[in-house]
Amino acid sequence: MAEKKDTQVKKVAMICAKGTIEDVYATLVMANGAVMEGMEAKVFFTFFGLDAITKKYMNKLHTGTVGNPAMRMPGGLPFPTILGAIPGVEAGVSVMMRSQMEKLDIPPVDEFLDMITAGGGEIYACKLAVDMFKLKKEDLSDHVIDIITIGDFYAMAGGEGSQVIFT
Amino acid sequence: MAQKTVAGVNLEVTDDGYLVDPSQWTEKIAKEIAKEENIELNDKHFEVIKFIRENADSGLTIRKVGKSGIVDIKGFYDLFPGGPLKMSTKIAGIPKPTSCV
Repeated sequence: MAEKKDTQVKKVAMICAKGTIEDVYATLVMANGAVMEGMEAKVFFTFFGLDAITKKYMNKLHTGTVGNPAMRMPGGLPFPTILGAIPGVEAGVSVMMRSQMEKLDIPPVDEFLDMITAGGGEIYACKLAVDMFKLKKEDLSDHVIDIITIGDFYAMAGGEGSQVIFT
Repeated sequence: MAQKTVAGVNLEVTDDGYLVDPSQWTEKIAKEIAKEENIELNDKHFEVIKFIRENADSGLTIRKVGKSGIVDIKGFYDLFPGGPLKMSTKIAGIPKPTSCV
């Protein structure tokens, strides 16, 4: 019988390209989980994912209430897309979601970045997207190490037991 | 489950080395387990361990330890390098935390 041999994951390079609560938190939870397990974690924020590291928006992320079939009312009834289109509904739902997370001790985005970087995780912003959205280094969280190209990011993503994860 | 003798005491431990019965824990046992993880415990470690044992049932997270007033999160990582929550709970003799944060 062939012996099963697993190579341990030692390093994750993550790319976050979307700016909804669920996309950003998926990235943050996985990055923080990696450093908590003693792994190396590097995160590259691009396109709308940049909201997660933009000072002005990072703690005000929304979840989409339109065209989201998994969206439900409290109690489990389906959430009609037409309701989600009413002004203020998306903001209200997003506030609710953030407060639910706080109850589980999941921190706001800025504090989450504090935690990840305290554990040695590294945060990068995509140069192309930063240029596109006309952002400057000072618009971004102080935890952003640098604004780099995807090529630069790949260059630091290698090594034995390393994985690239796109969220 | 497995049996293990630590600091002269026969202990029941889980497969990844966590004490099954937290009441068997002593500071001596903590020092032994820490040594296996290449950590030499000092007073600061014990302050954190005390906090962890007192809050064992409340869903421990790194964030909670960071807000304990004993260490910040960076300090917590420095005390228990390479996995502060899983290592400190093992040394503190409480079950492995199930938290993702």
